[in-house]
Amino acid sequence: MNPDKTPGRPASEPATGQPEQAASPAAGVPAVRDPGELPAQQVPAAPPTGRPRTGMFGVHGTGDTSGYGGLVREPYTPPRSERPYGGYFDEVADALAAAMADRQIPATAIEQVSVAHGEMTVYVAREHLVALLQACRDDVSLRFELASSISGVDYGEGVPRRLHVVYELLSMTYRRRIRLEVAVDVADATVPSAVAVYPTADWHEREVWDMFGVEFAGHPGLTRILMPDDWIGFPQRKDYPLGGIPVEYKGAEVASPDQRRAYS
Amino acid sequence: MTDIHSDGPVFAEEFLPADVQDDATRAQVRTARETRTTEGRMFTVTGGDWDSVFTDTEFTDDERIIVNMGPQHPSTHGVLRLILELEGETVVQARAVIGYLHTGIEKSCEFRTFTQAVTFLTRADYLSPAFNEAAYCMAVEKLLDTEVPQRAQVVRVLLMELTRISSHLVAIATGGMELGALTGMTMGFREREEALHLMEFLTGLRMNMAFIRPGGVAQDLPAGSIERITEFIKVMDKRLPEYDRLLTGQPIWKGRTQGVGILPLQGCMQLGITGPVLRSAGLAWDLRKTMPYCGYETYDFEVPTLTGADCYDRYLLRVAEMHESLKIMRQCVERLREPGPIMVQDKKIGWPAQLSIGADGMGNSLEHIRHIMGESMEALIHHFKLVTEGFSVPPGQAYVGIEAPRGELGAHVVSSGGTRPWRVHLRDPGFVNLQAMPAMSEGGMVADVVASVASIDPVMGGVDR
Repeated sequence: MNPDKTPGRPASEPATGQPEQAASPAAGVPAVRDPGELPAQQVPAAPPTGRPRTGMFGVHGTGDTSGYGGLVREPYTPPRSERPYGGYFDEVADALAAAMADRQIPATAIEQVSVAHGEMTVYVAREHLVALLQACRDDVSLRFELASSISGVDYGEGVPRRLHVVYELLSMTYRRRIRLEVAVDVADATVPSAVAVYPTADWHEREVWDMFGVEFAGHPGLTRILMPDDWIGFPQRKDYPLGGIPVEYKGAEVASPDQRRAYS
Repeated sequence: MTDIHSDGPVFAEEFLPADVQDDATRAQVRTARETRTTEGRMFTVTGGDWDSVFTDTEFTDDERIIVNMGPQHPSTHGVLRLILELEGETVVQARAVIGYLHTGIEKSCEFRTFTQAVTFLTRADYLSPAFNEAAYCMAVEKLLDTEVPQRAQVVRVLLMELTRISSHLVAIATGGMELGALTGMTMGFREREEALHLMEFLTGLRMNMAFIRPGGVAQDLPAGSIERITEFIKVMDKRLPEYDRLLTGQPIWKGRTQGVGILPLQGCMQLGITGPVLRSAGLAWDLRKTMPYCGYETYDFEVPTLTGADCYDRYLLRVAEMHESLKIMRQCVERLREPGPIMVQDKKIGWPAQLSIGADGMGNSLEHIRHIMGESMEALIHHFKLVTEGFSVPPGQAYVGIEAPRGELGAHVVSSGGTRPWRVHLRDPGFVNLQAMPAMSEGGMVADVVASVASIDPVMGGVDR
C-alpha cells in the first residue's frame, strides 16, 4: 500500500453526481471515498473489536488437552467496504462527502466506512462528530432528522480505543438508516455531546455515561440516570463484574452466571 | 392496633410497632414530618389532606413548592418519580427521575446464549413482550444472515398485533384510572384479560412468553388456534366500540384530555418522539408502513393520524390502532391455514426440540427424545451443543427498529463471534418519549401532569431495563 498509488482527485471537484467508478482506487488501497485528498495510510482505521483469542473450545488453564492450545486468532476488525456499497449507501456517501466539503469538514473526520448486513457504519473522529451530525441532520440530501438510538459498547480490557459510542440515525424523508460510531480510550473517554444537534440525545448520553463512563463534553446535565447518584463504577463495562451467588438446587450447586463455562 | 375495618378514618400511626406507641411518636407520624434543610423546609407527606398537614406551620401562600411525585404513586405509571416545581397549582418546572426499576437486563444478556437472552429481554417492557423479542431476534437473524420461514413471520405478526392490543388497552385503562375514569379501567383490564387468555392459549404464557426465538418461534401454534383467534376478534369487534361510547364523547374525559399535554411536531422531532405521540402531531410515521419488516408490506391496514397533538388525540389513536391490529390479525388467520416450518431449517441454529405437554408439564416431545436417544447420534450432538453451548453468531453489529405500541423499539446487538451476545441494547420508546414529559407539562396544572404522563404511556420495565 503505497501512498503514491492513491489516485488523486482535485479538491475542488464537486463530490456529488460524479462517476464514482472512474475514481475508484487501485486494488489494495481502501476504496473509501475520502472527500478531500488523503492517502489511506494516514486515515486511522476502525479499531479491532477484541483481543486476539488463543486456544479453542473456551478451555483455559487445563493444559493443552484439546491440541489447539497454540492457536491464536486475530480479533475481528470491521473491514473497510469498497465502492459501490450497494443500495442507498452510495447516495448517502456522496451526499455526506458533498456536505462535508460544504462545511469544511476535513476528510480525516471519517476514519472508515463499513457496510455489513445491509447497514452502513461510518467510523468518525470525535473532533468532528458534532459537525458531522449537524451535516447529517441539516443537509437536504441527507436529512437524518431522528437520532433513533445512542448507545455504548465496551470491547473489553486491553483493546485499543475500547469504548465505542454508536449513533443510529434515521432519515424519515428518505427512509434510510445510517450508523455513526466513535471509539475512544478509557483513559480519555470524552466525546462531544450531541444534545445541541439532537436534543433527544440527552437521556441517551446520560445512560452511556452511567453505564460506560463516557463523558459527553457540553452535555447540559451529565448525571447518572439508571444507577443511584452515588454509585461507583460503570456497570456495563466489561471489567465490571456481573455479580450473583451460586444457587443450590436439589443438592447440587449451580454457579452464578458469570462463573459458568463460556464458549466464546 | 386498630381494626382497619372499623368505622372512621385510619391513620398510619395505628400501625406503628408496639414499643413506639407513645403519644409523641404517634403525633409525629400523624402530622407530616418536617425537616429543616439548607434548601428550605422539607415535609414528608404520605397521604391525607394537605390542608390538615400545613395548618400548624407558618406556611405562606407565595412560597415556592417542590413536590416529589413518586416513585411510589398510583398515577405515575409504575416507579416513576416526577419532581415538580409549583407556583400555586401551576407547574413551573418538571423533571423525571428514572432508574428505580433498573434490573441490568442488558448486562445479564451478555452472560447467556443468544437464545437465552430472549428470556431476559421479554421482561424489559413487560406490556409489549412480543416486540422486545421480535426486535432482538430480528437483529440476531440479521447477523446470522438467515431468513425466517414464512409461517414464523405470520406468527410473529399475529403475536405482535395481539400484544399491541393488550398494551393499548392497559394504556387506556391505567390512563383512565389516573384521570378518574374508573370504568375505563375496569373495561380496559377486562378486555386485556381476553387478550392475555388468547396469548396463554397460543404460547403457554400470558406475559413474558419468550416465544419468539432467533430463527423463528418456539413452537407451532396449538390445534384450535384459528378458532380461538377468530373468537377473540369477534369479541373485540363488539367491545371496542364501547370505548367510544364510554369515553370518546364524554365531557369530563374530553375536559381532562383535550388541549392538555400538547407537543407539536417540531417538539416531537427534536425530542425523538415516535409512536402514537408523534402520530397525534400529524406525522404518519409508522415503521410497519414506512420501513416494513416481517412482511407488513403485504398486510392491508391504515396508519391513523391526527393533528391535535394532545392527550385526547393520543387516546383516539390508540383506540383506532386497536381496530387496525384486529384487521391485521384477521389477515394472519387466513395465512395461518397454510402449514409450514416455524423455525429455520439450519440444524446448527434452529432449536432442536418440538415441545409438547406431558403429564408433568411442558417439555421435549417424546418423539424428539426417541429420535435423539435411539435413532440419530448427529441429532443428539446437535441437541446437546445447541442447548449447552448455543450457536455462534458471526462478529459484527446490527440494529433493527420496529413499531412497538409506544413507538420505535430498536435492538442493537453486537456479536464477538461467540455464542453469547457481546452487547445488547434496547432503544426503548418509553425511555425516549418520557423526555417529552417536561415539554408537555410545564406551564400547565399539576393535575394535567398526570394526563400527560398517561398519554406518553411509559412502561418502567422498558424505560429502566
